[in-house]
Amino acid sequence: MIAVVDYGRGNLYSLSHALSHIGVDHAVSERPEDIRVAAAIVLPGVGAFADAMDALAARDLIASLRDAAARGVPLLGICLGMQILAATSEEFGARDGLGIISGSVRALPKPCGPGGIRIPNMGWRKLAPFREDSLFDGLPADIMTYFVHSYGFFAQDDLIVATSDVNGLAVPAIVRQEQVVGCQFHPEKSGPVGLQMLRNFFAEIGVTGIK
Amino acid sequence: MNAPPVRIISRIDIKGPNVIKGIHLEGLKVVGQPGAMVRKYYEQGADEIIYMDVVASLYGRNSILSVVEEAAAELFVPMTVGGAIRSIEDIVSALRSGADKVAINTAALQRPEFLTEAAETFGRQCIVLSVEAKRRDARKWEALTDNGREQTGIDVLDWVVEAEARGIGEILVTSVDMEGTEKGFDIELVKAVRDRVSVPVIACGGAGEGAHIQMLLEESQCDAVCCASLFHYDRLPLPALKSELAAVGWVVRQ
Repeated sequence: MIAVVDYGRGNLYSLSHALSHIGVDHAVSERPEDIRVAAAIVLPGVGAFADAMDALAARDLIASLRDAAARGVPLLGICLGMQILAATSEEFGARDGLGIISGSVRALPKPCGPGGIRIPNMGWRKLAPFREDSLFDGLPADIMTYFVHSYGFFAQDDLIVATSDVNGLAVPAIVRQEQVVGCQFHPEKSGPVGLQMLRNFFAEIGVTGIK
Repeated sequence: MNAPPVRIISRIDIKGPNVIKGIHLEGLKVVGQPGAMVRKYYEQGADEIIYMDVVASLYGRNSILSVVEEAAAELFVPMTVGGAIRSIEDIVSALRSGADKVAINTAALQRPEFLTEAAETFGRQCIVLSVEAKRRDARKWEALTDNGREQTGIDVLDWVVEAEARGIGEILVTSVDMEGTEKGFDIELVKAVRDRVSVPVIACGGAGEGAHIQMLLEESQCDAVCCASLFHYDRLPLPALKSELAAVGWVVRQ
């Protein structure tokens, strides 16, 4: 079973429909026992880092997510779901994340002039691929995806798959540590490009019946 | 540094089962059915969809949410719902229907604390302040409510500052004077709002041709543009607008 983690902090409707649209059978769940047996996990999320960690803790999900990642279960974190994969966040004071991918969450740089990107960084942005990855299969070189964030997940170079420019800073847009992938943007809101990336993620981990 | 991509938003004003369009938010006329229109705009590359319930009745809200739910099941772009958002429960229903953001006007002007509560509950990225601005004087605009039907006496430029402090993530500013006229934007309004706040600003009201949008972008550097008539009446379909903007150097999602 592929589990979409419902901890009350994400727009699961669109994500669930996007997965159904590409033929990925999945179950939305907030129960740690489902996460423990999941063949793959999708961790969505919008909002604030500390609040999301509290919401995971309240549902007793933190240990099951860490264990799953440690066992090599494929995991896709989206937006805030990507950021909480990090070790720490500086959003509203230091706070520990899941610590599944090493890195830290910090505020995005503010625009220097009137023509820069305002924060929250909201809109379609170009992805700059940092290395080759199966997530880009079947996609043109020049693609845009939809971002909504005020903080960025800053990781070491060898974990970065793609970046996106925010006021002159290359902010990680995709990070990968083996089977754990984090997307800062919303693939489920990024039109045909986002759907293709979701297909690629699930194809790579051996999900069949993708359409 | 290159300018960030221009976000082109398609605005769908809903009354009951229909998409409607007025002038100065009045004289509403049916222009089509929401399902087919939204699908067309999605396929043409709309960067976002804003649904606005212009009547905001109880019946209207259920109707608009079913429209959003149907669209969000098949069309994978950001969607914002506005027009009948009065409570935290209303926001929950909108998000459950597949909306990513809600646009709030009337309820916030009646009780500004609502913005704080909404932003704290759902995160600022979820809360769009919708402003219906009516020009009253040189560089002075009044915030109207109820789709331009009611006056408040509140100054738009003061209001946007308060709303930003209350935690909203974005501002949709509609010029009631230019809305539906197809005669161009109230650029001064957009600039004035944008100068007062640091969150992204979406300009709405008045687009009748590509030149209007080019002028708006050059002069106001607004973060997003929202159009209705331009697309509904095929004055300039989305792909043609994006090509026109790209030809003069703006970055757009093709």
